[in-house]
Amino acid sequence: MSNSNFTRRGMLKTSAVAGAGVALPTIFTASSVAAYTNEPTGSSVTLGFNVPQTGPYADEGADELRAYQLAVEHLNGEGDGGMLNTFSSKELQGNGILGKKVEFVTGDTQTKSDAARASAKSMIEKDGAVMITGGSSSGVAIAVQGLCQEAGVIFMAGLTHSNDTTGKDKKANGFRHFFNGYMSAAALAPVLKNLYGTDRNAYHLTADYTWGWTQEESIAAATEAMGWNTVNKVRTPLASTDFSSYIAPVLNSGADVLVLNHYGGNMVNSLTNAVQFGLREKVVNGKNFEIVVPLYSRLMAKGAGANVKGIHGSTNWHWSLQDDASKAFVKSFGTKYGFPPSQAAHTVYCQTLLYADAATRAGTFNPCGIGEALEGFEFDGLGNGKTLYRAGDHQCFKDVLVVRGKENPTSEFDLLEVVEVTPAAQVTYPIDHPMFAGGALGSCNAG
Amino acid sequence: MAGLGAQSAPSPFTQQPDLADRYGIIIPRPPDTHKDKTTNPKVGAMDAILLQILNGLDKGSAYALIALGLTLIFGTLGVVNFAHGALFMIGAFCAVTLQRLLNLSFETIDETQTDFLGNALKVKTPYVEAWFGPQMGGTIIDWAVPLAILFAVPIMVFVGYAMERGLIKHFYKRPHADQILVTFGLAIVLQEVIKYFYGANPIQTPAPEALSGIVNVGAIIGMDIVYPVWRIVYFFFSLLVIGGIFSFLQFTTFGMVVRAGMADRETVGLLGINIDKRFTVMFGIAAAVAGLAGVMYTPINSPNYHMGMDFLVLSFVVVVVGGMGSLPGAVLAGFLLGILESFASMNEIKSIIPGIDQIIIYVVAIIILLTRPRGLMGRKGVMED
Repeated sequence: MSNSNFTRRGMLKTSAVAGAGVALPTIFTASSVAAYTNEPTGSSVTLGFNVPQTGPYADEGADELRAYQLAVEHLNGEGDGGMLNTFSSKELQGNGILGKKVEFVTGDTQTKSDAARASAKSMIEKDGAVMITGGSSSGVAIAVQGLCQEAGVIFMAGLTHSNDTTGKDKKANGFRHFFNGYMSAAALAPVLKNLYGTDRNAYHLTADYTWGWTQEESIAAATEAMGWNTVNKVRTPLASTDFSSYIAPVLNSGADVLVLNHYGGNMVNSLTNAVQFGLREKVVNGKNFEIVVPLYSRLMAKGAGANVKGIHGSTNWHWSLQDDASKAFVKSFGTKYGFPPSQAAHTVYCQTLLYADAATRAGTFNPCGIGEALEGFEFDGLGNGKTLYRAGDHQCFKDVLVVRGKENPTSEFDLLEVVEVTPAAQVTYPIDHPMFAGGALGSCNAG
Repeated sequence: MAGLGAQSAPSPFTQQPDLADRYGIIIPRPPDTHKDKTTNPKVGAMDAILLQILNGLDKGSAYALIALGLTLIFGTLGVVNFAHGALFMIGAFCAVTLQRLLNLSFETIDETQTDFLGNALKVKTPYVEAWFGPQMGGTIIDWAVPLAILFAVPIMVFVGYAMERGLIKHFYKRPHADQILVTFGLAIVLQEVIKYFYGANPIQTPAPEALSGIVNVGAIIGMDIVYPVWRIVYFFFSLLVIGGIFSFLQFTTFGMVVRAGMADRETVGLLGINIDKRFTVMFGIAAAVAGLAGVMYTPINSPNYHMGMDFLVLSFVVVVVGGMGSLPGAVLAGFLLGILESFASMNEIKSIIPGIDQIIIYVVAIIILLTRPRGLMGRKGVMED
């Protein structure tokens, strides 16, 4: 009788463990020769800021770039330190990242996926960027995220609000601090219910691309869940400028709420047209007609002027918040540039700090090490309260602000007022939620 | 959908102590925005059709004005001007510039208020209000867009003149492809210059308050069709400009010479008339027409640096459908395509042919060019050599 355990299953198990053991050092040892893409060897480390410097979102891109420059200053120990002083993790000492001075290169996404991929590729291959961050559109973010996954660098997404970025198109190398369409809907729905009741007929106008579709799906589901009826969902071409012919049918649809799933120039024009047609002064089905803009941006609200007054939406962050972190950031940014930062500036500043902190905690610039440090990371002191970087989809979960266009602005920046801070728990969803289904993180790629 | 709306939400607009503590926010109550309660806007099918006709006329006004200018330039100088959309955009930015000039302010420090950094608030008072008093000054600023017409005409004529003398005249004898390339390049340059000075985001330029509401245009025929006042103003303004151009060409000696030159340039030249000079003036006038279309368009949609390109392609389709070189054709096709585009956006139509709103103009262009290759009112021999 033999006591040998030598079975086929046992053999497979042993080989798998041994294989993983052999593979491990080459992934996690920073000291091995070119263990990962663009391993910094000198006294500095290069980050790649990929923002729209031309095209319709150039102003948001410019604000992102200002915030990146501020973050680099603070990481290198210059300036007043901004949110480094309030950040709950105290790893960053103002001596760069892991003792290496932070330098940066910039690319122009032009808000076009192909241009954004080309500029990211150039920063990775020619400039040796070890991390790519930025973007002001979901189409671009998803494209660049895919490229970073292939190239073996970390992608810290900027302003991207489509569910798909951390849903069906999520990638192991990609991380998003900004909130998403689902969160906007989950935060807005209770406020809308409280303001406008449960018996409402909503008409959706939606920008015809990835962000618009997921935003529409999210807000329609959230409002239907509280009893609203969706009268119609109309897709408008992204290149539309005059929305009058899309607004006119709203008048005879029986709808008493218009939801504008538009962003940027589309939002400015559709909202302006809707207000021009007197929708806000109407009474339909015995109720006041209302307009909702699920995703607000202060920079864009400026273009719509007085038309935003009293209209509700959601935002990731707003400069008027009075917590210590937000105040520190506004002071730092405002002193340097003379005006308060936008939500785009805030999210990219946070992303840069979060990356630097993760690298410091991991003790390496290896994307897999940084990814591991970010996954499940809980932090506070960056202006959104307690936040979790969820491991399963690389999405940040934090409080969401519901805002309203201010009736009596006191300055050109004072366009929105915060009416509700929706707790993170209320906007959290399971990883396998149908709106985020499909696609998988996969495994991290170190190049 | 799982998750959404399932949680029992905390009551909004009730102070949540932990959040107020963390963010320092005092949550305000929303004001009632519906001061003017007007009638129920639910309208019937007939009203919906009339509403789309109005929309079409309104869109068509802009198309017609731009196409008219394009045709004037093509008919006189034989140049295909791809920078014409940029002229429309520059016109719009004349309104923005005048608005900014009228809003030039001096600062006084108000110690009782603070800015976002906690420093004493700098209160801005426009010079115009200081000179003419708050009420008169406020009215002048409010009427910035109509006033910009006076401001824009000389600027646009000058821009057109400089463009023609400075660049385009060197391309008269070159093929149309070269003309298209150089004018398209110029359009991009102008666009980037505007973006450099004014940024990429749309800039709000509201109509005067007296003209910014809505009016029930259906009341005359016993229906309930509300329409923005400014859009009606825009339509009549475009009719006025179109009428003015046609009268100028029809009833003045200058216009007569220009028409003669359009028909037979060589003979007019042999009569000792400097037709080139007159054509240059026509280029200036065409630029002014595009500029005026842009000025008056600003309250409809906030102008941005890219607005010219959005109109350019459509305006070319309008010119081709109307017939190259035909002024009445350009105007007719402008209104026609505007109306068709509006109808194609109706949900009833889109439910039959999805996406028709995005392609209707091109479908119509194909059909018209197949059946009438010279366009609706094209003349024989134009662009056929």
